[in-house]
Amino acid sequence: MTHSSDRRLTPCGVKMIETQRLVKTFGLKPVLRGIDFSVEYGEFVALVGPNGAGKTTFLRILATLSRPSMGEVRVAGHLLPAQATAVRRCLGVVTHQPLLYGDMTVDENLRFYGRMYGVRNLQQRIEDVLEMVGLMALRRDRVRQFSRGMQQRLSIGRAILHDPGILLFDEPYTGLDQEAAAMLDTLLRDVADRGRTVVMTSHDLTRVTDLADRVDILHKGEIAASVRRGEVDLAELPALYFSVTHA
Amino acid sequence: MPDATQSMEAIEQPAVIKRGSRFSGYLRAISAMVWKDLTAELRSRELLSAMLVFALLVILIFNFALELDIRTRETVTSGVLWVTFAFAGTLGLNRSMAVERDRGCLDGLLLVPVDRSALYFGKVLGNLIFMLIVEAIILPVYSLLYDVNLFHPGLMAVILLGSVGYVAVGTLLSTMAVQARTRDVLLPILLFPVVLPLLVAALKASNGFLQGFNMEEIWPWVYLLIAYDVIFIAVAFMVFDFVVEE
Repeated sequence: MTHSSDRRLTPCGVKMIETQRLVKTFGLKPVLRGIDFSVEYGEFVALVGPNGAGKTTFLRILATLSRPSMGEVRVAGHLLPAQATAVRRCLGVVTHQPLLYGDMTVDENLRFYGRMYGVRNLQQRIEDVLEMVGLMALRRDRVRQFSRGMQQRLSIGRAILHDPGILLFDEPYTGLDQEAAAMLDTLLRDVADRGRTVVMTSHDLTRVTDLADRVDILHKGEIAASVRRGEVDLAELPALYFSVTHA
Repeated sequence: MPDATQSMEAIEQPAVIKRGSRFSGYLRAISAMVWKDLTAELRSRELLSAMLVFALLVILIFNFALELDIRTRETVTSGVLWVTFAFAGTLGLNRSMAVERDRGCLDGLLLVPVDRSALYFGKVLGNLIFMLIVEAIILPVYSLLYDVNLFHPGLMAVILLGSVGYVAVGTLLSTMAVQARTRDVLLPILLFPVVLPLLVAALKASNGFLQGFNMEEIWPWVYLLIAYDVIFIAVAFMVFDFVVEE
């Protein structure tokens, strides 16, 4: 296993994300059914589950893009949705959509988001981020011309531009080929090694086993199982996953 | 082990983010939105060219459809102009919000830690600039085709007031429409009933200036335009947060 948790900042008991009895319904249909979930400072948590389990809905609530129907949600100590603006300052979000403007160049996209967040020394910060995601040479190219993998790398650059303490990744591997996925692995490890708290949803059990400190299995809107690195051999995760989701 | 208190402070206010007043952040977000819309349009030229070609076609069709004498031309001018502006404006508003929907950019905007009304005002200013550019090109073309002098300061003020109201309401409604499956047809259906008082007032005031009416006859329509602009900008400011909420 290539995991480098020794270089990562140790979780120190501070809950960066906490939900209690979180419920979300669309009309009469319940999507999340009373989720109790918490992530400590510096922890990398993966949420896995079949399609329709509620992973994206859960992440959208944490990202302040959707309101909970019931229950309590706190991110970085702030209550949602009442203190959403304060939460957004601490968050970087990567979804399977890049959230980038296709007609603008790499540089222009980062400049726009940098201005929106009020990033100081923006030019230098953009260069640092582009070096980190390996797109420095393409900074004057339009995003529309990029492959899916390159757009995803830039999307990570956009998400870390304001140096957020918490990162949310929603299915970041969707549509990536092997090479692009391996590159994303390296980027995610790099991001996690810088002491950020990370929550990632994914279908890919092998990848989350390599990256995460803890894997939670979400099934039918509930956390059906939670496996922490060291407590259980993560190699047994696929068997556990299938027993939970096919029970 | 990191100090939890220090870490929380760093998370609340990352070192790379400027410390300033909320108002300066608000203005910065508005200017960034306008800069982004202008930059994207400068590269693609999709929105302005579509609005402009459509507007030119409308006044050309009216020119051939209505073979009018000089006196009748003056009476129909305000109607033709506002129909042209309204239809071209709808096209622009639809396209402007479609850009935000493409690649999930609307979510990207909603993740930014600023009051969401800043996103609305930024979008309104961008749309207004595009609409005014189209109007600035259409007016001389119309003057040439119909042989009518349109360069009256009063008419210019009415066009500005009418455009502000139209874009203010249109931006709010296009934000609602873009989230629906039938977004392409939904905007005109939502927009035209709401902007009807604005279009009537703009049409009457424009007609008054073009036909040289007394100001006593024109002022009520201008007041209506101003009241409409103020009321709908205030309403949009209050409800935009709810409109973009999932």
